[in-house]
Amino acid sequence: MDVKVTKKKLSLKDRYKLLTRDLGWQTTYQPMDKVYPYVTFEGIKIHDWEKWEDPFRLTVDAYWKYQAEKERKLYAIIDAHAQNNGHLNITDASYLTALKLFLQAISPGEYAASKGFARAGREFGGIGTQVACQMQALDEIRHAQTQIHAISNYNKFYNGFHAFADQRDRIWYNTVPRSFFDDAMSAGPFEFLIAISFSFEYVLTNLLFVPFMSGAAYNGDMSTVTFGFSAQSDEARHMTLGLESIKFILEQDPANVPIVQKWIDKWFARGMRLLSLVATMMDYMLPKRVMSWREAWNIYGVENGSALFTDLARYGIGLPKHWDDVEKSIDHISHQVQMALYQWSFGTSFHSWIPSDEDMAWLSAKYPETFDKYYRPRWENIKKLKAAGTPYANFGLPKLCQVCQLPCLFTEPDDPTSHCQRETEYKGEKYHFCSDGCQHVFENEPEKYVQAWLPMPGLFQEPLKGDIGAWMQWVGLNPGKDTGDYDGSEDQLNFAAWRTQATRNE
Amino acid sequence: MPVTSTKPYVGIPRDHVTNFCGKQIVFVCWDQHLLFAAPMMLVVEPTMLLKELFDQVWKPLLQADPDSAALKWDQGQWLKSNQPWTPNLEASIAANGIGHKEQLRLKTPGLDTLWAAV
Repeated sequence: MDVKVTKKKLSLKDRYKLLTRDLGWQTTYQPMDKVYPYVTFEGIKIHDWEKWEDPFRLTVDAYWKYQAEKERKLYAIIDAHAQNNGHLNITDASYLTALKLFLQAISPGEYAASKGFARAGREFGGIGTQVACQMQALDEIRHAQTQIHAISNYNKFYNGFHAFADQRDRIWYNTVPRSFFDDAMSAGPFEFLIAISFSFEYVLTNLLFVPFMSGAAYNGDMSTVTFGFSAQSDEARHMTLGLESIKFILEQDPANVPIVQKWIDKWFARGMRLLSLVATMMDYMLPKRVMSWREAWNIYGVENGSALFTDLARYGIGLPKHWDDVEKSIDHISHQVQMALYQWSFGTSFHSWIPSDEDMAWLSAKYPETFDKYYRPRWENIKKLKAAGTPYANFGLPKLCQVCQLPCLFTEPDDPTSHCQRETEYKGEKYHFCSDGCQHVFENEPEKYVQAWLPMPGLFQEPLKGDIGAWMQWVGLNPGKDTGDYDGSEDQLNFAAWRTQATRNE
Repeated sequence: MPVTSTKPYVGIPRDHVTNFCGKQIVFVCWDQHLLFAAPMMLVVEPTMLLKELFDQVWKPLLQADPDSAALKWDQGQWLKSNQPWTPNLEASIAANGIGHKEQLRLKTPGLDTLWAAV
């Protein structure tokens, strides 16, 4: 019988070194620039990849252990939620609109981020960077899976959840996040890192995750809250990586600064357009609201963002170019988006509704400068139309922005009574935009954006040729069940009936 | 630089007029009537008369606004691609020089019921 020899355990530091730096070697059969062909074309100069530090020094065995532990807890709670009819403990089934939007728009984004980081992990020259990107690729795919599992329980009882993957690719409002991630994934690895790790994860993620997860908690959705906790430690790591990577890139060469600034300008503009959906969720979709979009922006945008950009000023990085326009839009966007979602709710895989008197009082208190003046009269008119038996639906399909792909529904930064409309001509073809920010993104790389598949013009081309019924089928919408006003919907009626069954003896 | 790429790259526009089976896009916007959340996209044949486009395609979509009954195409200020413009209602879309994806905007001062609170 062999005597087992106990090997001396490696320290965490040694393990990390062996896992990262020692994996890198100079190739001899092929020149290094052929092994890593994508590290130079964006113009970013890296002189020493060794300078890249992963503050967490996470190794695969430690990673596996942490994630497995979190996974066990999460699935135990998801099971308990399913077995105890947790879906009846939410404040109201109208809350599910926020969840449906999250599942269609955000979870597939996690999957896209996973693909992007897997690719970046292959393309970057430095070993430390490669390992960090691969870890994040694993995190992101885990987030996509756990979100889908956490939310899938609702699909057994409610409409609008069943076709989220097709809808992510095909429905008009979901091409907003889709085009955001497609844009990042089709850029080079450095732009991808600035887009997702820095601009999205570091600058904007709190504006996305905190409201969604606290929204879930406030509204009794325990399975989504648990997912939020499970993802939180990963998000903290992603944010730190985002900050480390930008500092690394900026410290490597002064010529990197203007390129990075251009990317920050672009991804801040794109990110804020994406977050207009979150703003709407916070102000309109939660039966029990956490805070207003304005309040969230003041904390996570103004306070945190200004501190960050003050810190980056020593590298020569300034506030994103369209920061002022964004600030002016904060008191408007959620109202504008919700009004759009309501009037086109015949084509959404979630329900919308007219804010109640109580909701409107809240909105008017949170938006004293804008709600009563600009938005209440429109909602009152919509209420009147509904009371008269002619509920408002806008069958005029919207003009979409060539870059963010949202309907051009936003107003001029200095005139909330006029739609902001921008256009340009490129190679004899006209292109339209919702803002200066989106127009600048286009003008920096027109050959990229002329190819955008915009869902509204797409509907009138082969093979749909404007057939709305065929479109409904193609995007996986059951008209009247998944779509339309929450008031009178199957979701509303079922929730009320099931809750009555669970709490009374009728 | 038209695109940051590893080699010369030319994009193919997805929404070229030839993809619309003989039709074209006209974007229309009744300025300051924000009950309609965004400018509208109308997909029509270029031979259609402008008055048909306005009366039969666009006008029915504007019913929800209390001012729509009082709307008159020859009263108000028009912009075509952001330039002042006078429409010829009796001529076709093509004869009016309205190209594919052209934006028309109509401003009607005085018709502002939903702005009463402003």
